[in-house]
Amino acid sequence: MTTTNSVLKPRRSPVLTAVMALYLVYTLLPLAWLLISATKTQQDLLSTSGLAPGGTFALFDNIGQTFTHDDGIFLRWLGNTLLYVVLGAGGATVLATAAGYGLAKYRFRGRRAVFAVLLGAIAIPGTALAVPTFLMFSNLGLTNTPWAIIIPSLVSPFGLYLVWTYATEAVPDELLEAARIDGAGEVRIFLTVTLRLLLPGVVTVALFAVVSTWNNYFLPLIMLSEPDWYPLTVGLNQWSAQASGVGAQPIYHLVVTGSLITIVPLVIAFLLLQRFWQSGLTAGSVKQ
Amino acid sequence: MTSISPPVQPRSVRSVRRGRGSRVEGRGWLFVAPFLVVFALVFLAPIAYAVWLSLFREQVFFGGTEFVGLDNYAAVLGDGKFWESFLRVLVFLVVQVPVMLGLALVAALAIDSARLHAAGLFRIVIFLPYAVPGVVAALMWGFIYGDHFGLAADLNEWLGRKVVEPLSGDWILASIGNIVTWEFVGYNMLILYSALKVVPHDLYEAAAIDGAGALRTVVSVKLPAIRGALMIATIFSIIGSFQLFNEPNILRSLAPNAISTFYTPNMYAYNLSFGGQQYDYSATVAIVMGVITAVIAYVVQLRGSRKGA
Amino acid sequence: MSPTRRRRQVALVLATALATALSACSTGGGGTAPAGGATGTQDAVDAALKTGGEITYWSWTPSAKAQVEAFQQEYPNVKVNYVNAGTGNDHYTKLQNAIKAGSGAPDVAQIEYQALPQFALTGSLVDLGQYGFQAFEDDYTPSTWNSVKVGGGLYGLPQDSGPMALFYNKQLFDQHGITVPKTWAEYVAAAEKLHAADPTKYITSDTGDAGFATSMMWQAGAKPFTTDGKNVKVDLQDDGVKKWTSTWNQLVEKKLVSSIPGWSDAWYKALGDGTIATLVTGAWMPGVLESSVKDGAGKWAVAPMPTYDGATPITAENGGGGQSVLKQSANPALAAAFVRWLNNGNGVKPFLESGGFPATKADLASPAFKDKASEYFGGQQINQVLTAAAGQVVPGWSYLPYQLYANSIFGDTVGKAYAGGTALDPALADWQKALVDYGNQQGFTVTTG
Repeated sequence: MTTTNSVLKPRRSPVLTAVMALYLVYTLLPLAWLLISATKTQQDLLSTSGLAPGGTFALFDNIGQTFTHDDGIFLRWLGNTLLYVVLGAGGATVLATAAGYGLAKYRFRGRRAVFAVLLGAIAIPGTALAVPTFLMFSNLGLTNTPWAIIIPSLVSPFGLYLVWTYATEAVPDELLEAARIDGAGEVRIFLTVTLRLLLPGVVTVALFAVVSTWNNYFLPLIMLSEPDWYPLTVGLNQWSAQASGVGAQPIYHLVVTGSLITIVPLVIAFLLLQRFWQSGLTAGSVKQ
Repeated sequence: MTSISPPVQPRSVRSVRRGRGSRVEGRGWLFVAPFLVVFALVFLAPIAYAVWLSLFREQVFFGGTEFVGLDNYAAVLGDGKFWESFLRVLVFLVVQVPVMLGLALVAALAIDSARLHAAGLFRIVIFLPYAVPGVVAALMWGFIYGDHFGLAADLNEWLGRKVVEPLSGDWILASIGNIVTWEFVGYNMLILYSALKVVPHDLYEAAAIDGAGALRTVVSVKLPAIRGALMIATIFSIIGSFQLFNEPNILRSLAPNAISTFYTPNMYAYNLSFGGQQYDYSATVAIVMGVITAVIAYVVQLRGSRKGA
Repeated sequence: MSPTRRRRQVALVLATALATALSACSTGGGGTAPAGGATGTQDAVDAALKTGGEITYWSWTPSAKAQVEAFQQEYPNVKVNYVNAGTGNDHYTKLQNAIKAGSGAPDVAQIEYQALPQFALTGSLVDLGQYGFQAFEDDYTPSTWNSVKVGGGLYGLPQDSGPMALFYNKQLFDQHGITVPKTWAEYVAAAEKLHAADPTKYITSDTGDAGFATSMMWQAGAKPFTTDGKNVKVDLQDDGVKKWTSTWNQLVEKKLVSSIPGWSDAWYKALGDGTIATLVTGAWMPGVLESSVKDGAGKWAVAPMPTYDGATPITAENGGGGQSVLKQSANPALAAAFVRWLNNGNGVKPFLESGGFPATKADLASPAFKDKASEYFGGQQINQVLTAAAGQVVPGWSYLPYQLYANSIFGDTVGKAYAGGTALDPALADWQKALVDYGNQQGFTVTTG
């Protein structure tokens, strides 16, 4: 499956596979609970053991209820989440890729300062900055709008850092020099030469950005009061919180099924994107 | 092959570029500027605002706000709750980060080695937990840790006495560590794995010609080649540990007495602000914690890059 | 704000970021403690209702949506934007943030009794006395009316109430030959008997819930929190508190209460299968049991809350709240009209239909409500017990002006005693100290007993 494979031809090891399989079981255990629970009615959920099947197989009924509960608000949350992911994670990937490349391949003044500021800024716990951020956004009239979620999602210091390391390794300076001698402009070089080489790194950054936007919880919780703008995570939390206090109405079966539905698109995205890691080899081969 | 952490650039490259002058190099700003603009808005401005807040003391009930200079900082440095929470995350960091990164490294090397059956399956399944939202993770681990109806209860029943109590005060830090490890091994594995992918295979060939075994190749070729990625993973894990918040905060509903409102520095800052409306003091805690984190991360980063030079 | 203007602002964000950051602190909430005691008539409210307009309402109660729909049907010229901004603390956090930001708060918000003083004293709520709402005093039970009055002002109208009673698993009691406890001593004895007979069963679960603890102090006659303007007294060592701890310590120290946290899925499970045999809680509990503990159908019954002397029936409130008008409201008279309709008009009907337990005397006394036999409770006329309790609440209780904060740190101090199975009194002293320190920092003058 990799080129190193053809070069060194290692044999597949059952022992290594078995050891890794143990880790797989650990990873899957909680998810197995989720999957099994999603097939149960609320009644069974509260009366049967976690890893045992319930009396009735209610998976499809649960899925139906999840999408129709409270006038189908779940679908709206799903749509919001997609919006935030496309604009937020998409934008974050673009910004981080350009900036990471710029920092890796141009030796302009102030580069080190950028690094120091970046590191310093991400070291400040974001949750503690929630109130200042909220007050600022409120003054800009952005709270309770999608912008309050999208704009902060555009920044992925981690993504930038990742592209930075990646570009240092994967984009040979000689190639850029050659393109410049051919008279190509800097932006054109970036778009035509660099991007292709950076692709596996960019895909990794995109995946991380998609996941973190998809799972973004704290910021939307603070910024949004209108459930019509909630992403899935905050919506699920609201459903989950319904279980407490005066007038409690637990809907665990919908929380569980909704959780499962929340994870599935990410799994699909990952499956689709993982092809790109194979193509990562192109980057390596250029170096030869 | 030079292996470096990002800000350190190979000197040889610099000399090659001399001829082009600073005009081309200055173009770098073009690429960096859009990021920095948004970064300034969503990171720097709130931080600046928090620094401003930290110089005041407001009494929400009576509307009084007075300038107190550095009093809040002095208070944080003498605050037993702050240091208790700081020590807790320090212990967490020292134990959990090596375990997590070790597992991630082993997984990445195993998947990259082409010695695994169904490597693609491992890659996706190990990454999967990272895709699970916190509220869902709490539900799932709540079931596993539950010593009344959960797996822990089943295990205790099987053992005949109460042996595992994941939600008790003595166990809770390890239980949190387990969740964090479960969530982030896949994430770190991916970083390391995508770094392994760019290791030029002529290096492997050379190693093979030298007669190096698989283990030797790992130690002398692969590990040095992904040092940059390991460094990022380490730095971000350190920052992540110091900012530990989600997992203990979520587990609190299941273990209300084992996890205090100042269990980690970040939880402390959060509860000061959202529970007690002490925005000024909360901002101060955040800044002090941020400075400590940045200094430690920077030192680790410097040490890491020096070794590689 | 128009989309165009917003877009322009987004473009200018960087330039304005710091400036706004600085100006944000000057616009911050920080009100002054209100004087209270305004008087007026309902004319303004009636006029506003006639004129119509648009208001926003934040609530998480199960009946809110139906009530808003019914209101709009009755008053088509009023548009009410109903928003479920979160449950409990999520809701209060958002409210606090919007108040601090100076905009974004709703016109009307649901606020529970223990949270009301905090919002009232920070000057965030409208004194409904100016609309003549004091006239409604006689419509409500004294304990709920007392709960919406802060420092002489009227900061909301009560919606529901939670006079406490003993909910018990009758089937389990019969099985183990346990009689319904009338006194707390009998309750402790029942706890011992039950747990000895079956070690998997507990009389109740309690992991240290501040709301429950304060309600228990309330019933025992304690007055741990008193507020008079800037002066606050916190006394968690008074005779009433000691009366409660001398009972409850026995349960905690002998580990006779289950450590299943309230409102968790395990807790619902435990209520259904007998692991938790009783709940001492508010009268709103039957609705929760019926809808969410289906396994308990036919098993549960209701009795009056045990007392210390076994003679005079006395109880306390647990949970419940009402609706208030926010100072930020651009149309407070219309908002007040909505609050009046909700809790002193046709809004009560949808509330009752959703299974709520009212605060209005007339509804509590109506035979249709009082004599209804509950199928879930094996045909018992539970509301006879519960409505009787509504009239037996110990008077004179008040919460701290910063009760939300106080409750949030309850686990840090008292929680340790619950976890370790030690006496609650020293832990309550720690809680008291934390509350005194906080109050003094916030500008109150806090004294202790």
